[in-house]
Amino acid sequence: MTPNGSSFSRSVMPMNRDDSASHEASTASGEQTAPAAVSGPSVKIRARDINVFYGEKQALFDVAIDIPEKSVTSFIGPSGCGKSTFLRCMNRMNDTIPICRVTGAIEMDGEDVNDRSIDPVVLRARVGMVFQKPNPFPKSIYENVAYGPRIHGLATGKDELDAIVESSLRRAGLWDEVSDRLLQPGTGLSGGQQQRLVIARAIAVGPEVILMDEPCSALDPIATAKIEELIDELREQFCIVIVTHSMAQAARVSQRTAFFHMGRLVESGATDEIFTNPRDSRTQDYITGRFG
Amino acid sequence: MLTWIAILILAALSGLAFLMGRRKALASAGGSPAKMHSLPGYYGTYVALWVGVPAALLLFVSIMFGGRLEHGLLIANQPPVLHQLSAEQKELFFQDAQAQAEGRQASEVIYAPDVKAALDAKANEARSYANAFRQGTFALMGVLVLAGFLWTFPRLNKDFRARNRVEGWVDGLLMACSIVAVVTTLGIILSLVWESLRFFSSVSPAEFLLGTHWSPQIGMRDDQVGSSGGFGALPLFAGTFLVMMIAMCVAGPVGLFSAIYLSEYAGPKARAVFKPLLEILAGVPTVVYGFFAALTVGPIFRQGFNSLGGLFLGGPLNELGLYLGQVQNQMALVAGVVMGIMLIPFVSSLSDDIINSVPQALRDGSYAMGATKSETVKKVVLPAALPGIAGAFLLAISRAIGETMIVTMAAGLQAKLTLNPLETVTTVTVQIVTLLTGDQEFDSPKTLAAFGLGLTLFAVTLVLNIVALRIVQKYREQYD
Repeated sequence: MTPNGSSFSRSVMPMNRDDSASHEASTASGEQTAPAAVSGPSVKIRARDINVFYGEKQALFDVAIDIPEKSVTSFIGPSGCGKSTFLRCMNRMNDTIPICRVTGAIEMDGEDVNDRSIDPVVLRARVGMVFQKPNPFPKSIYENVAYGPRIHGLATGKDELDAIVESSLRRAGLWDEVSDRLLQPGTGLSGGQQQRLVIARAIAVGPEVILMDEPCSALDPIATAKIEELIDELREQFCIVIVTHSMAQAARVSQRTAFFHMGRLVESGATDEIFTNPRDSRTQDYITGRFG
Repeated sequence: MLTWIAILILAALSGLAFLMGRRKALASAGGSPAKMHSLPGYYGTYVALWVGVPAALLLFVSIMFGGRLEHGLLIANQPPVLHQLSAEQKELFFQDAQAQAEGRQASEVIYAPDVKAALDAKANEARSYANAFRQGTFALMGVLVLAGFLWTFPRLNKDFRARNRVEGWVDGLLMACSIVAVVTTLGIILSLVWESLRFFSSVSPAEFLLGTHWSPQIGMRDDQVGSSGGFGALPLFAGTFLVMMIAMCVAGPVGLFSAIYLSEYAGPKARAVFKPLLEILAGVPTVVYGFFAALTVGPIFRQGFNSLGGLFLGGPLNELGLYLGQVQNQMALVAGVVMGIMLIPFVSSLSDDIINSVPQALRDGSYAMGATKSETVKKVVLPAALPGIAGAFLLAISRAIGETMIVTMAAGLQAKLTLNPLETVTTVTVQIVTLLTGDQEFDSPKTLAAFGLGLTLFAVTLVLNIVALRIVQKYREQYD
């Protein structure tokens, strides 16, 4: 809950609602189900009326949100509130669960990702994903990063592939640590390094969006700090959506925050406002630690 | 009869000890079980165990080894008339004496009158030994019962930790069971090694392992044809290897691919149908596979090859045609293919387990990169599961070389050093069966050769199993 001392911690912390005077007043209207207007960068993903069912059980109810280009959006909320489920709707990972059913529209650059004409395999190359537990393949570091470019035929020769691997590892901030042992197994790295390797793997296919499902929950504070630093850098090129249990992390890395509760999107808006001046009492209770 | 009465009495005494122990313990607590360390039944059980078990063990030991002791005493002094008998006849004589003493059916040998008299004398002697032995046993049992009772009963009171003591007995029982398993295994290995050493004292290990001439018949007379004997087991190893390779060529791909289908592609409904069916296949007795091979697959293969040979006759491949025309029912190919079918469920269910234990996170990672199902299976799941699958294959190989019924019925008996799957070959297991079935004398190299083969087979499968289990174990640890 407390800032871990890293240089990029923002001043806005979940517990210090008293200094809300230093922030501008809410710009959005009080309507909760409509997405808060996105100011600045254009909208990358626009979701409307998303309902998700696992068999008979409904996991998400009428979620609607706009996710802006080239910025970090964080999803917060108590366990089981549906934030990960919603994340997995965006690259259709829920397709791999047989009993899962999704209704509603998710548009990426104006195209419905659930449309029949969209091949989920192609979609997932555009929407990368990083999981809670680092899941490098049991291959070498090099092969882990080269996996995506190989299956999508992104490199025509060995040199080109080498270049992609190097630049991806550099952008993931891992190159200096592993450049001398690219052929060693990726599973031999530390947890934090593995997570950055997985991010490099996702970057290597040149995605437009990167989804991160609690990417730091299995890491120690120092590794977490490195990942957060990395997220901050990647924001300049990618649209990043991160699910997190740490409100401090949401405050530190994201520009926009969405609060989920019991399968509903309660509130979304600029991170500063959500943490300093939430409109909904449930959001306020959650970020002040009264539940969750 | 007396023994049965003794057992009944022992059981009754144990029951009585139980009641007495229980009652004394209860009385010491003023009749209130809540004030006692253990439930009342434990006190009774504790006394009953000490009263009953040592005596019962003694009885068991005396029944097991009493006959042998008597035998030793009987042959200690031999009546002079026996000098006219051969060693085997003497052996029979003493067996008959013991049988007559116990009122069992003796052998049908008609003895000469003087020998018959000696036999009756020996039978009387045996009877007196048996009586003395039995009386001694019963007396000792009585002492044990009394000692057990005196050892435990006076110590009973409400604070006595009867529950812990009884659980100590259970500990002992469990340990005894595992010791039985270990000791039996050791005994088998030792007897195998011992008999093999006897075999290798007459046939050198080098000749056995590297020789190419296998004809283990030893003639009854020295001038008999083929009496020389040949103990070069290389053709057997080659035959075993050939059949095993054919079996693995069938079971490997089919088993692995069906495992991939079941674990990655099949829906819950297909899985619910296929899994039990495969398990039924695993439950078919190997002798059934054996006659399936000999009576169904063998003739089909022979006819197929014979008519295939007919196509080549008169052409440039006339020789091949002639060869295929005379292929027999029994060949390595038939045994190998049917053995492969037998191994499919084995390979499949082991591989299925291993593929299932590849973490879902790896599949998700691959799908999230935009990989298709087949790419995910080929490039992530299978490489991750490879060590475990290699272990599964090794286990299947060790089963293939130890398999007996199918090769006995379908591979043939001729020891040929060949890698041609259309020839009849013979395997290590088949030779063990043929060496040891029928009337045998257990001293000739012919029968001892079976132990040499058994030891070799045991060593190979042991090494294979150890390696395979270590691989599988290491693989499991990687993902735990």
